[in-house]
Amino acid sequence: MPFLLRVERLTLARGGRTLVADLSFELKSGEALVVTGPNGAGKSTLLRALAGLLTPVSGAIAMTGDGVNADDPAAIHAHYVGHSDAMKSALTARENLAFWGAALGARSVRHTAPAPDDVLRRVGLPQVADLPTGWLSAGQKRRVALGRLFVAPRPLWILDEPATALDRAAQDRLAAEMALHREAGGLIVAATHAPLGLEDAHELRLGDPQ
Amino acid sequence: MTAALSALFWRELKLANRIGGGAAMGVVFFLILVTIVPFSIGPDLNLLSRIGPAILWIAALLATLLGLDRLFQSDQEDGSLDALRMSETPLELIVAVKCAAHWCATCLPLIAAAPLFGVMLAMDGTALAGVTATLAAGTPALTFLGAIGAALTASLRRGGLLMAILILPLAIPVLIFGVSASAAASGGTVPFLTPFLVLLALSLASIALAPFAAAAALRAMSD
Repeated sequence: MPFLLRVERLTLARGGRTLVADLSFELKSGEALVVTGPNGAGKSTLLRALAGLLTPVSGAIAMTGDGVNADDPAAIHAHYVGHSDAMKSALTARENLAFWGAALGARSVRHTAPAPDDVLRRVGLPQVADLPTGWLSAGQKRRVALGRLFVAPRPLWILDEPATALDRAAQDRLAAEMALHREAGGLIVAATHAPLGLEDAHELRLGDPQ
Repeated sequence: MTAALSALFWRELKLANRIGGGAAMGVVFFLILVTIVPFSIGPDLNLLSRIGPAILWIAALLATLLGLDRLFQSDQEDGSLDALRMSETPLELIVAVKCAAHWCATCLPLIAAAPLFGVMLAMDGTALAGVTATLAAGTPALTFLGAIGAALTASLRRGGLLMAILILPLAIPVLIFGVSASAAASGGTVPFLTPFLVLLALSLASIALAPFAAAAALRAMSD
């Protein structure tokens, strides 16, 4: 059964200001949604709400599909890569990814999840496996952080400016990985100012701040 | 879920060891606190051995607070907390495991060092055993209560002092029963078990309740 993310009449506020009012949309397997808008329009707020990190004022976010229980919060089937990389600078890249694989991987998919070393090869950084992530450059850190998407496979990717600090080649690789994820039935919601190379994605433009 | 929790436990221990010297740092701080007391009150052995348990307890309390403010703050800053909250494991269990790891990394070395440092305060064998037993029974309460303060101040830049102010009043009952049980161990009118059992009860209650309070605070903070 393909996945379906349904957002109904979602209202979000930050500091008493309503940023998103009565937003409804549906996203099916293989689809991508690009959230655009000026700074302060509520892009990150919307993404954090989808990731279950922010309680909406009203409305519902639900996910259905293969292996998704009816009462599961959408967040446990989603990955959120935000502005910070969620990497411990004292741990090596391999240790960081191994930890996230164990912490975020679902029981049903753990045996199919790739090993941290394979993931590092996939993001083009096999040589840094044994380096503490504190030593890596911003772009390398971001690539290790994106590796989290692979060590614990989850259908919904919530990406907040994922291409920040990535070089041209890594951006192309990210675009290719996102295409692969959609082909495999995954969903992507991304907030961005720069084009991410997502083909025929839906666009959601959040209005100017009131 | 158990795999996720054990991965978290080992990650915390690894981090404690790699950042800031881990166990050694807390023990050295403990040692310094215990050492400066005889300097400030003078080398009266009778007085020192009488107030020894209290000194060890206060020193252990302060050494426990050391580093506790970073319990959630570092995860909050680097985004790990967001990702942890998206795991299938309830946040309450994540908090409990982080506290358990913090206790193992900072309090266990203190408990092991307490009998050695007690000798410096002219305490006798039974008093040393009493203090060690009460520290082992009481420090979980300090760690878990401290986790509430750490969660409340996780998103504040300089939350360490505020956390201490929030937590120290809550630690008073633990201190009272901890010190009175250690005093009872080396003679006195109260039997050892009476305050010791209350101390155990305080620890068990904090272990059971504090993760819920801390998890609620973390959720509220991020909204």
